[in-house]
Amino acid sequence: MEANVATTKEQTWGGGDSKPLGSSYGKMMIWFFIVSDALTFSGFIIAYGAMRFKFLETWPIADEVFTHIPFVHGNYPMYYVAFMTFVLIFSSVTMVLAVDAGHRMQKNKVAWYMLATIIGGIVFVGSQAWEWKTFINGSYGAVQMHDGKILQFVDDTGHQITLESFVTAHHGERTQHESTNGLWFTSEAALPEFTVAEVTEAFKANSAIRVRTEKIDMTTKSKEILSREASLNYLAEGKAVIKGADLKSNEYGKTLFADFFFFITGFHGFHVLSGIAFNIIIFFNVIIGTYEKRKSYEMVEKVGLYWHFVDLVWVFVFTFFYLV
Amino acid sequence: MAHEAAHESHTALIWKVFIFLSIITIVEVAFGIIKPASLHLTSFLGTSPLNWVFIILTLVKAYGITWYFMHMKEEKASMRRSVVWTSVFLICYLGALLLIEGSYLNEVMTPYVKWDY
Repeated sequence: MEANVATTKEQTWGGGDSKPLGSSYGKMMIWFFIVSDALTFSGFIIAYGAMRFKFLETWPIADEVFTHIPFVHGNYPMYYVAFMTFVLIFSSVTMVLAVDAGHRMQKNKVAWYMLATIIGGIVFVGSQAWEWKTFINGSYGAVQMHDGKILQFVDDTGHQITLESFVTAHHGERTQHESTNGLWFTSEAALPEFTVAEVTEAFKANSAIRVRTEKIDMTTKSKEILSREASLNYLAEGKAVIKGADLKSNEYGKTLFADFFFFITGFHGFHVLSGIAFNIIIFFNVIIGTYEKRKSYEMVEKVGLYWHFVDLVWVFVFTFFYLV
Repeated sequence: MAHEAAHESHTALIWKVFIFLSIITIVEVAFGIIKPASLHLTSFLGTSPLNWVFIILTLVKAYGITWYFMHMKEEKASMRRSVVWTSVFLICYLGALLLIEGSYLNEVMTPYVKWDY
């Protein structure tokens, strides 16, 4: 029988040497936590999958959403998030090296590897903050219709163009309502740069531009581009000009996509942040020699398990948000 | 304790696993950028073969992380099964139910979405 069963005459209830499943109490508890957290994350990712299946023909194409890398202009899908994945995998490697050094009671090595892991985690969270910032600020701008559909603008080569490249603002009477100039108990967000009327007018003036809808042509897996006449019919239903993505609107397509993105990567990012905090605590404990005195580096192993789990979740987030 | 019996360093193995995981990630990213039409625009078991490639490579990566980084390989089989079988079963179960539900909603809703203005 593999699992340990208390068969000895000794008192095991008071804390004998019997270890269920051959695992120490602490490791058992961190595994309990990991399994339950894995189910939480899978619940989120599966919910994302369900909504994606529901809106299969209109879901945003990730390659067209996450196309930026810092300091460089242009269209580079995947590279940045691949970099983030490498950072996290590498910090997992330094973590497991710290655990390995801990088994051999090499205090200095453990400390240095822990430090490298902490730095990797900070780089990852910083990268994610940049990714969020880019997503929130948006890239092209779009018009949202009364029923919530998103209209994007493409040139005659089918590439998406920014609103600024063809629309000129006329600056009307309407000013932003702040609590200082209107009702004191309420205010509104900054007004969009353009109005729907200005966009429509500019669209009519430039015959090279066409509207692209959210609808995906399943044979080519690309978004449908409308004719000029159809474009104008769609624009006539326009409600608002939007730029970037938040929880209420998303220039890249379905708002649900933005909601799930913020929620799942946010929840994961929060896990990374807590992981950094745990790692820092353990790092200082290593330095002051707590585990040297305890003659066991099991605490390093336990935060290590948590850290690898966070990496594991990212592997799935990477697949289901950016690849599939 | 298994660890105390074997104090030798696993460093070489760890770096091997890292290289293995990196290669898989590079393959995934390359496929994600190139998107070969023969894999991307065809359908196999309900989705494109490319998506199956991504999912399988992801599971291989998950295996590498769990077995070698989280030391699942060195745990007792009973411990390993309690964790892995439980999670895999529950996740597959929930996934199957919700994805079937999502497809059904799609089927029911799609005819009512307006596309002519």
